[in-house]
Amino acid sequence: MSFINYSSREINCKIVYYGPGLCGKTTNLQYIYNKTNPEAKGKMISLATETDRTLFFDFLPLSLGEIRGFKTRFHLYTVPGQVFYDASRKLILKGVDGVVFVGDSQLERMEANIESLDNLRTNLQEQGYDLDKLPYVVQFNKRDLPNSAPMEELLEVLNPTKVPHYEAVATKGVGVFDTLKAVAKLVLTELRKAG
Amino acid sequence: MSNQLVMYEEELAQISNICDVLQRDSNAKAVLVIDKNGQAIAQSGEVEQLDVTSLSSLTAGNVAATGGIASLLAEKEFAGQFHEGEKTNVHISIVGARVILLVLFDERSSLGLVRLRVRKAAVELTHVLEVLVKKSESGNQPSVFAEITDDDIDNLFND
Repeated sequence: MSFINYSSREINCKIVYYGPGLCGKTTNLQYIYNKTNPEAKGKMISLATETDRTLFFDFLPLSLGEIRGFKTRFHLYTVPGQVFYDASRKLILKGVDGVVFVGDSQLERMEANIESLDNLRTNLQEQGYDLDKLPYVVQFNKRDLPNSAPMEELLEVLNPTKVPHYEAVATKGVGVFDTLKAVAKLVLTELRKAG
Repeated sequence: MSNQLVMYEEELAQISNICDVLQRDSNAKAVLVIDKNGQAIAQSGEVEQLDVTSLSSLTAGNVAATGGIASLLAEKEFAGQFHEGEKTNVHISIVGARVILLVLFDERSSLGLVRLRVRKAAVELTHVLEVLVKKSESGNQPSVFAEITDDDIDNLFND
């Protein structure tokens, strides 16, 4: 749910990175954090286990600049990818303005991708959202790995609705900002429609 | 979009005033009003040393998790939480099912006093929020966003 503050002239939006365990959601946020000017970002918070697996969420507040005198702030969240954290994932989707699905390109993770995407759709529905009506982009991460599936196959299975998609190597930053910009643009465009 | 919280100057001034009064009357270190989705709305007191953005997000996460526990236990919600620290204590309450009132206090105050003052502030805050929601839904307020162009959006992303 975007929060428009006419008093402080700010627009706040929430973007959630979703995807199966170990697909690189946290890595996306870490890269964004490392490459963003200090004045444009807040502290990155990771609620993680001792083995650095996301336990509840990662959170990164970002300022993108001004539109018509309004500061635009994006709150980026990741969900915990592991299957058994489903209750937490549902909570994090509350009030979402835009979704990034991070798919793991490795062939052996195809099942996990499909399960996570189904889970995203179901959990959004439970909150009264329709994935097909939300600002939504897909990122295919780990494109550099030798066991990655061909793009045609990934697109067919994980992007049947043909939303904008990006190939990525999040550890090296490839595709990370393209993905963020795409979803942020969609969120702002949606805000204009609602205007 | 009903999925949107809009804050206007008049209501923000009223909410800030409620925060100020609560902070003063309860001898609190700081008072924050936070949207349930983790956006900071208003604050009062010693907030210069606080990372308000992180605090807001984590508090909302905490409230959401507690709400999840409540529904598992067939409770509607746990309206209040209290965390006791060595120096700073935290009182969290949900107001009008929509916002979170966070009070940070130390030995200058007490849980009883904070609870008492929060109850009064919550009534006032609920009233302001009701007005705000009506105003927001009436659609009579001017919106600058309808006039945003593709260029405006593109310009944000020019590195």
